[in-house]
Amino acid sequence: MASLKEVKTKISGVKKTAQITKAMNMVAAAKLRGAQEKMEAFRPYAAKFDEAMSNLSGGANTTGFPLMEVRDEKTVELVVVTSDRGLCGSFNANIIKLALVKMAEYEASGKKVSFVCVGKKGSQALKKTGLVRKSYRDIMSNFQMYNAREIATDVAAEFLSGATDKVEIIYGQFKSVAIQRPEVSAILPVQPKSGASSTEKKFSGDYIYEPSTEEIMDVLQPLYLNVIVYHAMLEVGASEHAARMTAMDNATNACKDMVRNLTIVYNKARQAAVTSELMDIVGGAEALK
Amino acid sequence: MGQQIRLEVVTPAGAKVNEDVDIVNAPGFGGDFGVLANHAPFLSTIKIGTLTYENGKKREALMVSGGFCEVSNNKITFLVESAEKGHEIDVDRALKAKERAEKRLAQAAQQIENFNRKRAEVALQRALARLKVANTK
Repeated sequence: MASLKEVKTKISGVKKTAQITKAMNMVAAAKLRGAQEKMEAFRPYAAKFDEAMSNLSGGANTTGFPLMEVRDEKTVELVVVTSDRGLCGSFNANIIKLALVKMAEYEASGKKVSFVCVGKKGSQALKKTGLVRKSYRDIMSNFQMYNAREIATDVAAEFLSGATDKVEIIYGQFKSVAIQRPEVSAILPVQPKSGASSTEKKFSGDYIYEPSTEEIMDVLQPLYLNVIVYHAMLEVGASEHAARMTAMDNATNACKDMVRNLTIVYNKARQAAVTSELMDIVGGAEALK
Repeated sequence: MGQQIRLEVVTPAGAKVNEDVDIVNAPGFGGDFGVLANHAPFLSTIKIGTLTYENGKKREALMVSGGFCEVSNNKITFLVESAEKGHEIDVDRALKAKERAEKRLAQAAQQIENFNRKRAEVALQRALARLKVANTK
């Protein structure tokens, strides 16, 4: 049995860990609120943008736009968005796992795969594959639209030059505080929106367009890429904090369990010590008789 | 006081302006345009530049970067990637961005491929627009 002192040090150590995890839990909760507000703020912009895109692309043909060009898929690029920091449970691991599954899938069908990593965790994990074309590190803690723009422009340039035929983005979708799920969605070629119903088109027909719808699309499409990338980053930002909150809550609970068990061990050891001391005294007194 | 039009400027970071104004002047694709109350439905892309609006005697300027605007039902909505008022602009950052873009363009003359050149040009435009709005304040 462990000595009294050993158990005591262990208990105080575990208690200190619990304090840290508790604090991290609270920090994550506060940051989650910030991230969710950012998402809320972005929603009207994204909604309006979607509306305009579907209005415009309803009638437009897809052949004229280089960003919409559907080619024979020989090379696929995966943009993997993860967090910069760890200690958030299996959140990043799940995203990376999905990325690797996708990679295996594409490679099995004879396509070449490359990665663009956003967030440090993803780039660390995927470095081993040797397929990382570019990584953006340490931007997840405080990113703005221009960070998303930088990534989107770069990806679009690769696509336009013909180096990649298809681009997908993998990120952790924020379902709720308890659930975050890795998701894949397509970026390039830009998908024509099918949501445009005939009524909407009639409505948009009343507009004066300056310049023509085609030219407006030309301007809007790169911006739309930014919206997709920014959206994924926002989702990952919120998911990261939510995942960390849960993970740290679990850790705090585990610490409490450990302290409880260790206290029992400690008390048992203490009792054993007292008993053996008593036995000694009784034995000594007996001998003196 | 004549009729007014509702102006909304929406950016990824939330709504920036939401008020009734007399006139809006914006940098459109084919040049600047003004919109008054009860304008016909209209859709245009927006270039990097200065958006101004007047409300009574008050006149405000905003730096806007790429996006588009939509006029319908006596409401004008701008969807832009960023919109900044003069006092919100980080002049140092804009100056640095300007220098960087200029440097890149100078060497670009020889080698840099088309795409990077365009990127630098856009960055330069943004920086100049920011500085312009910041200075009017």
